[in-house]
Order: sequence, then C-alpha cells, then structure tokens
Amino acid sequence: MWKVLIKSIREYKKPSLLAPAYVSLEVVIECIIPFITAQLVNQIKAGCGIEVILKYGLLLLVMASFSLTFGRLAGTACATASSGFARNLRKDMFYSIQSFSFENIDKFSSSSLVTRLTTDVTNVQHAYMMIIRTAIRSPLMLTFAIIMAFIMGGRLAFIFVVVIPVLGISLFFIIRKVFPIFKRVFRKYDALNSSIQENIQGIRVVKSFVREDYEKQKFNQAAEDVRLEFTRAEKILAFNGPIMQFCLYVNMVFILTLGSYTIITTQGLNFNVGQLSSLLVYGFQTLMSLMMLSMVFVMITIADESARRIVEVLSESSTLTNPERPVYEVKDGSIDFEGVSFRYSETAERMALQNIDLHIASGETIGILGGTGSSKSTLVQLIPRLYDATEGVVKVGGLDVRAYDIEALRNQVSMVLQNNLLFSGTIKENLAWGNPEATGDELREACRLAQADDFISQFPNGYDTRIEQGGTNVSGGQKQRLCIARALLKKPKILILDDSTSAVDTQTDANIRKALRAYIPDTTKIIIAQRVASVQDADRIILMDKGGIAAIGAHAELLQHNAIYREVYESQNKAGEKQ
Amino acid sequence: MRPMYKKGTVKRLLSMLFAFYPVALPLVLICIVFSAAVSAIPSIFMQNVIAVLEQNQGGDWATVGPQIFRLVAILACFYVLALISSFTYNRAMAVITQGSLKKMREKLFYKMESLPIRFFDTHPHGDIMSHYTNDIDTLRQLISQSLPQLLISGVTVLTLLSIMLYFSVWMALVVLCGVSFMLVVVKKIGGNSAKYFMRQQQALGKTEGYVQEMMNGQKVVKVFCHEEESKAGFDAVNDELFKDSEQAHTFANILAPILNNIGNLIYVTVAMAGGLFLLTKAQNLSLSGLGFSISIVVPFLNMTRQFSGNINQVSQQLNAVIMGLAGADRIFTLLDEASEEDNGLVTLVNAKEENGVLVECAEHTGLWAWKQPLREGGVRYTKLCGDVRLQEVDFAYEEGKPVLHDITLFAEPGQKVAFVGATGAGKTTITNLLNRFYDIADGKIRYDGININKIKKADLRRAIGMVLQDTNLFTGTVLDNIRYGNLKATDKACIAAAQLAGAHDFITRLPEGYQTMLLSNGSNLSQGQRQLLAIARAAVADPPVMILDEATSSIDTRTEAIVQRGMDALMKGRTVFVIAHRLSTVQNSDVIMVLEHGRIIERGSHQRLIEQQGKYYQLYTGAFELE
Repeated sequence: MWKVLIKSIREYKKPSLLAPAYVSLEVVIECIIPFITAQLVNQIKAGCGIEVILKYGLLLLVMASFSLTFGRLAGTACATASSGFARNLRKDMFYSIQSFSFENIDKFSSSSLVTRLTTDVTNVQHAYMMIIRTAIRSPLMLTFAIIMAFIMGGRLAFIFVVVIPVLGISLFFIIRKVFPIFKRVFRKYDALNSSIQENIQGIRVVKSFVREDYEKQKFNQAAEDVRLEFTRAEKILAFNGPIMQFCLYVNMVFILTLGSYTIITTQGLNFNVGQLSSLLVYGFQTLMSLMMLSMVFVMITIADESARRIVEVLSESSTLTNPERPVYEVKDGSIDFEGVSFRYSETAERMALQNIDLHIASGETIGILGGTGSSKSTLVQLIPRLYDATEGVVKVGGLDVRAYDIEALRNQVSMVLQNNLLFSGTIKENLAWGNPEATGDELREACRLAQADDFISQFPNGYDTRIEQGGTNVSGGQKQRLCIARALLKKPKILILDDSTSAVDTQTDANIRKALRAYIPDTTKIIIAQRVASVQDADRIILMDKGGIAAIGAHAELLQHNAIYREVYESQNKAGEKQ
Repeated sequence: MRPMYKKGTVKRLLSMLFAFYPVALPLVLICIVFSAAVSAIPSIFMQNVIAVLEQNQGGDWATVGPQIFRLVAILACFYVLALISSFTYNRAMAVITQGSLKKMREKLFYKMESLPIRFFDTHPHGDIMSHYTNDIDTLRQLISQSLPQLLISGVTVLTLLSIMLYFSVWMALVVLCGVSFMLVVVKKIGGNSAKYFMRQQQALGKTEGYVQEMMNGQKVVKVFCHEEESKAGFDAVNDELFKDSEQAHTFANILAPILNNIGNLIYVTVAMAGGLFLLTKAQNLSLSGLGFSISIVVPFLNMTRQFSGNINQVSQQLNAVIMGLAGADRIFTLLDEASEEDNGLVTLVNAKEENGVLVECAEHTGLWAWKQPLREGGVRYTKLCGDVRLQEVDFAYEEGKPVLHDITLFAEPGQKVAFVGATGAGKTTITNLLNRFYDIADGKIRYDGININKIKKADLRRAIGMVLQDTNLFTGTVLDNIRYGNLKATDKACIAAAQLAGAHDFITRLPEGYQTMLLSNGSNLSQGQRQLLAIARAAVADPPVMILDEATSSIDTRTEAIVQRGMDALMKGRTVFVIAHRLSTVQNSDVIMVLEHGRIIERGSHQRLIEQQGKYYQLYTGAFELE
C-alpha cells in the first residue's frame, strides 16, 4: 500500500533522503558531546589549567555548531520533504478524481473525498515527518547512547539492559490496550459530529417542533458516551509518563549508589565523577528515545487507515477512455440508440435500460416523461458518453460515441444535469464555463434565451454579481435558468435539459421553450420533465417505464392511444378540464 | 501582524476551566507543582553525594557507604513521592481534559440550539461545524498537554533557579545570561512558526472549501469538460498551502536543534566559568555560603542542562498554545452570540369546558387554551382555534432592503390560504414570520386574537405545524422520526399518522418496517418518501395551524399524487397556509394571495381571480399557453 504512496514523493526524494542523513549526523554529535563534557568535568576536577578548559570549550563549541547546522538542515529538509509529499499526494488525488468517469464518481461520496484530500493527507504528512526524522533519530540515539554508556560506565551500563526492556514492554502493552478503544471511540466521535451536522441543517425542524430540549438531551448522551470512552483510553495512556519516570529514577538510584561504590573502591581509577554525570545523561537519552519511538508507532498506526483511503483514490482508474484515433468533428445532432442496454455496475441485478432502439433526427425536439426509477436520466446520460452502454451502440451524428474525442463530443452535446450547480464566482465567470471566449453580447443573448437576463440586470452588479458557494444567494428557479444559459453558451448540436425547469414558474418555463424553438431551431433538444405542459409541444414524447420505452409519439397521438399518458395529463390538468 | 487571539481569552478560558472543576483542577495543579519541584530536587542530592565522594577520596567503602546509602534513601523517598503525584495528576488530567471538552461541547451545543434562525441563515454550516471539530481539538491539545507542560517547566525552572542561587550567584548569572539569549531566539523563531501555522490553517480551510465545491460539482465539471481549469484552480490553493506548511514546519523543526545547541553552549560556558572560578579560587557568593568546589560545579552543569531542556520543552508547546487560544477565541465568539429572545407571557394549556366556561386542567383533553395573564391581575383563557391575522406587516432581512410590504390577510379556523408568485416574491418569507423565526419590522400578527409577540415562542410554535421544502430527517428509526412531532405519541398514533399521510405502504415495504434505521438525513429513502415522513411527522403533532411549503424538487407524478393526497388529508380541519410552486394544487383554496416583489397584488378565490383576468390569470393560463 505504501508503495503507491511513495510514488508521489517525486521531486522531494532528495530532501527525503537528506533529512535522515542529517539527522544521523546530528545524533552522532549529540552523543559525543556528553562524552567530551565528562572529560571536561574530570579535567576541572583534576585541577587542570585554564588552557585545557579553553581547549575543551573550543572543541565543544565546534561540535555544538556542527550539531546545530545538521539539526537545522535536517529540520528544513524534513519540513520540505513532508509538506511537499503532502502537496503531491493532494495533487495526485485531485488529478485522479478529475479523470474519474461518472461511474467512478458514484463510488465515492463527495464528503469522503474531501476528508481524504484534507485530514487523511495531513495524517500521512505527520507520519511521514515522523518516519524520516524521529524514526531514524530514536533508534540511532538509543544505540549510540547505549554504546557510549558502555564505553563510559562499563559494567554499570548493564542497568540499561534491565531498564530498557521494562519500559519497552510496558509501552507496548499500553499501546496494545489503548488502540482498540481509540478505534471504537473515533467512530462514536464521528457519529456525534454527524448528529451535530444534522442539527445544524435541520434547525428549522428542531425549532418549529420545539425540540431544543430533546435535542440537547440526545446530544448530552452521545457526548457523555464519547467522554467516557476517551477518558478510559487516556487514563491508560496516563501510565506512560510515570512509567518513564520510574525507569529514569531506578536508573538514577542505581547509578548513584553503585557509581559511588565503584569510585570509592577503585579510587576513581575505573570510574569517576565526570563519568557518573554523563552516564545519567545517557540514561535520560535512551529512555527518551524509546518513548519517542512508541509515539512513532502510534502515529503510523493512525496514519495507516488514512493511507489506505488515499491509495483507494489513487489506484482508482477511470472506466472511460479516449479512443486511439478519436474523431473531433460531430457531423450533426442526430442520435441513434441501437439495441442499447445498460446497468450501473457489473453486480447490479437489474438492467437500468433494456434493449432501447431509438432514432432522433437532427433538430428534433423530444420530450421525456416517466416515473422515478424509469431511467429517464440514465437514457440521456449515454448520449454525451457520461456512461458507456453495456450492450448495443449509442450513435451521435451517425457515429458511435466511443469513436469521438470525449471533450469534442461533450462540447457538442450540452447537458443541464438534474442536480445542477453553480460555483462561487461572478455570474460571468459561471457562464464562462460554457464558453470561456464568449463576448458580452453572447452572454446576454444566452441569458435572454434562458430568461435569465431580466433578473440578472436587476442585480446591482449585473453580470458581475458574485454567486456564493452552492449558489445559495439565488433562488432555485434563477439557478436553473443560469444553468441553462451556461449550457446554451456551448452552442451545442444537442441540448439536453434533465428536469431543469422544475423550480421555474410556468410562464417562464413556457418562455424558455418558446425561445429555444425560435432561436436554435437546428439544435436537437431533449427535455426531461415532470409536467406534461413542459413537453407537450415537443415533436415527439417518449414515455418511459421501468427502463424501457412504453410509448412514443406526439402529444395528441399519445393522448388518444395511451392510457397512462392520459391519466398523467388529466391528473395535472384537472382544473383545466373543468374550464 | 494581526493578533492571533483576543486579549482576555487566556483569563476567560482559565476561569471557565476552573468553573468546570473548582476543586479537582486546583488539586491537580498542586500535584503538578509538587511533582515538578520534586523532579528538580535530585540535583541537591547529587551535590551531596559528590561532596561525600570528594571528602572521602581514597576512603573506605565501609565508612562512606552508609553516608551514601542515607542520601540515596532520602532521594528514593522523594522519587516515590514524585511518582505518586505524577501518576495522580496524569490520570486526573485525563479525566479533567475529557470532562472539560465535554462540557465545552455541551455549552456550544446548548448555545447553538438557543440561537435564532438568522444565525444559521447568515453563517456557513461548515463554519459552525468546525467549532465542534477543529476548535475543540486545539483545546484538547492545550488543556491536556500544553497547560501541564507550561506549569511543570515554570515550576522546574523556578526551583532550579533557587537551587542555583543557593549554590552560587555568580554561576547562576552565567546561566541566566545564556537563557535570556535562548528566550530571544524562541520569541523570534517561535513567533514565526506560530504565524505560519495560523496561515497554514487558513490555507487548509481554503483548500477544503475549494475541494468541497469541486467534489460536489464534479459531474458538472465532467459535463463541461472543465477538468483542466479545475486542476489549475486546485494547484493554486494547494501550492499556497504547501508554502505555508513548509514554512510553518521549518520554523517548528529548527527551533529544537537551535535551542538544544544553545543549551550546549551554555553548558560549555558554565563549565568554563566553573573551571575559572575553581582555578582562580574566586570568592563565591551564595545563599548557602558554600565556597566553590567541584561538588558545586558538577551538579550545576546538570542543572544547566535541565534548565535549558525545560525552556526547549516550553517552546515546543508554543504553537499548540497559540492555536488553542485562537480556537478558544472562536468558541467564545459563538458563546457570546445573542440567544433568541422570548418575552412571551401567554402560554398554551390543556383545558376543559365546565358549564360553558374554559378551565385549565392537567390532563390531556384534546382541547387547548391560551392562558393570558392580565395586567390588572387574574388570567384569561382563550380557546385555541387557529385564527390567524396579519395586519400591515412589513419585513426586511437586512435593514433597508424590505422583502414584504404591507401584508394584510385573515385566515379563519379551517380556511386554506395559498400564496402564489414568482421565485423571490416573498412567499417563503411569510412562513418565517408566522412562527417567529424572524420578527416583523412593522404591523401585527395575531393568533386567536393574541399578538404573537406576547405568546411564548415554544407554545406558538407548538400551535403551528410546518412541512418544509427541504425535508430534514434525523438519524434514528422511521418510527422515531414520525414521533418527533409529538414525543408522547404512542406507536399506534404514529402508525395512524403514517397511514393518514399515505406513508404506511412504503414503510411496511422497508426491510425492517417502522424500525428501519434512517442514515444521514434519510439518504436511503427517495425524495418523495422523505416528504411523506415529514407529513406524517406533522400529523402526529396535530396543530390547528399548518404551513405547507411545497417541495420544488422534482418527484415523479405518481409519488406526487400520493404526497398530494397526504397533504390534503393533513389539511382537513386546520387553518392552512400553502406556499405553492405549482398552480394545480391551490385551486381549492379559500383564498389565493398573489405576491409580487413582496406585495399582495391580487387576492380572492380561484374563480374570482380567473374572472379578474389579472396576474393570476396570466400565470394560470401561461401553463397552458402552448395548447
């Protein structure tokens, strides 16, 4: 798994390798410094001259400046490597997502993609920083400190052999015990947060049913649950510090007693006061490194889950690819479905579309009606090749859609999706999605057709009015009209409106259709709607049912021959009949 | 540079923590102080041990041994005490941290529930949410790690300083000089690091915002072949994030080695100074009156290391402290928001009729009355009927931008009033006013003849039911969601409500019927099914007045017919306000209000409005214009 991630290091390989190298050098020097200071202490004790002190002082100064330099270099390299790695990970993921087909997109929820791009990458970044710095530093430090302790202290250093396993094993058990609790509590924590989110979104419901107290009570319970679990985990973790201190203290007591004994009995020949003090320093360094090492393990385990989620995105490959020798020219707006069947995934039991044969001439206006789940949207999404047909062929301009360059095809088949969106930016910027080179006149022209020009001109800033994220500052109907204008700017050969006027009032809806008919007569228009009124003037109306075409024909024809159509029509125009 | 947190934040945060744990927290802090002080004491014993060794050079272990043992035994006792206090405070701190965080979350949530709708309409939901996630997380770090560490280091440093002065003022001064240099470095590099960490946080927020928008609109991106532009936009925010992150971590990473080696330098300087003092047999100045000797210089060196080590430790907490305080600041800002005000005195009570007079009673009778305290004393009971009147109501979300002008209308009990008009005409706004999500600027709204400003908000809202455009359901079973309308409703009553709404059929077809768990806002149900649940929920509440905001989102015609039937059933016998988005559903209303730019421009029954041949007629015929 980490193999996939490592590929994203790229230009940060150099700092990634330099960081551990610098760290190693830094550690070596850090371990020699106490050795030298011990000698200095002894020299002072022996009553050496000022020159000797100066000599040692100078030596230490040089060592410290080396240590400082390497420390700085290591820190900088490490920051660059880890931040850069994180940047590449985010970039690779985002680019990978951009290449996703609709089928790929359906697999991931958008909020999970956001978490993967932010929190998960941050986790991996921290783990990576730990790995190239602390994971190198701690074991090295541990080894060096032990070696130095043996050089300095001889037999006395055997206390380390006793103390280190005690600390190591205790840490191991603490982590093993705490980890499952943490895993569990993080799930509960997520649940708590999602219930808060629910409350924020549904605040109108909460308030209108006067359920504030009930919600507080619910929240209280969940929060208490989280608190209990976290407390349990942290109480176990609270052993960490005292155990570390215990080992340190045992070390101190042992070295002080036995050290004194050795000094006295050997007349300071085998062991002296300076060695004593530096042995204590090594003891501290050893135990500290062990502690850090345990933190690295915790970090890596936390990041492991994040890494898995990132790899999932990185290794997802698009299910749609451009043909080898693509066609860039779409001849006209004719559409043919030849024996088309489609299912959303290989494991899906039911075909979403079954054996569709349909021929639409260029310039025709087609209405599509049908209940939820009748696959209206599915049908039209095959035209700009948002999905590939499972069986059969979909042709645009007389040619299989799979023969076209995807971008060229989608530029000619303009589609207004059912759940359409505007992006934060000015109205002009949003419209430019349809055609970045559109002139002001073209923009206004498209907006006039979509019946959007009127309300845009009423905004104080007109076309420079800023749209907030998600288009929250325009009404649903205005949003739909802007989306239609955006699609029109492509000047497509085929225009598909997937239930794109549901929030627009009937008059405006009618105006839009009239404008489309008058100004872009050669464009093939496909209109999916709930209201019969929205499609009844189409050349032909397709009535869909359970993934098949139940009936097809002009309004009058269907009204006469098709019972379902008649029923729908009458239920929507009850009052109209009465008139 | 902009200050990263407000001035009083530290004090406010601390006093809040003390208020959470008025006894435990001070005790724990005392424990920490004790533990820290004890951990500095060994230096004294070091000095004693070495002094003993010095005096007995070439001595006999039989005579030296007991002296050493005695010292080490006392030292061990201190260690045991230190261990006990350290263990205690570590455990207690775990409890206090988590407890404080829970109380903090609770405060936030309680406050949030009390805020007016305006707050939610004017603050992005992601921002509100991040108080619970990011800000609380920074506080966790601050309380559980930074706070104890700062205290420990502070106490250790002070203890060490006094011991140093005890041994030798001159040597202590040398150490202090070095340490002040360290502090300058901390201020410079640490300040930079904190600055970039805050920037990193902002850049992260920006990246998150961009990603969120693009992920939500990914299908639109595909349809418009906008991938390259989308990538370019991402690269811009991502690169900025990288730069800030790199800077922040560079400063944070280099601080430790720099301080460490300044520590080394101080060590060397102290060693040299000590050596010099020893050699020159300089006059010592100390609190203890001890002269210079090797038994002072050696422990002094150790103390020097400890001293600079602690400064290093504190500096490592710097970022956490600043980010934590900034988080606390944001939390306090939310806690300081003004809650929804409620000056209502009129309440809703159960009532029964005795000899033609309304009397209050404790049991549920199905009959409700408004209980209105009178100025001259006593109370008046008014039967809850559902008579709603708006008189010359004006309203603006923002001052100077009126949305509704001079709205006057009457709805008698059982009547159905429909609002019709183009998007943005102010239809939905009226629903915000009836149950006082927003307060009107001018005019009066009366419910059963009582000014709604005088009614307690909770009771007013209980007397008005709502089915909103966007259906919000809650995590829980289907039954729980229906019961949301009336917590006391029996299972039978809930099922009856579901039957009335026409939801019973589809619910029984769900895998676990009424016990089916709904996931995140009922995403496992279709739009129409969710609306049916919302209708059932309102039916269980059984209020005399209902506001129905028709869904604009598309549901297929058959489901729509079922939803319509449910709505019709719900409307029976109630005063109803319908916000209509389709003209076909309003024709049987008692009165239709046609709104344009916040004014009622036409009113009357369907028949009358058609005859009038005005705006309504245009809208209405517009639907069939193409025939």
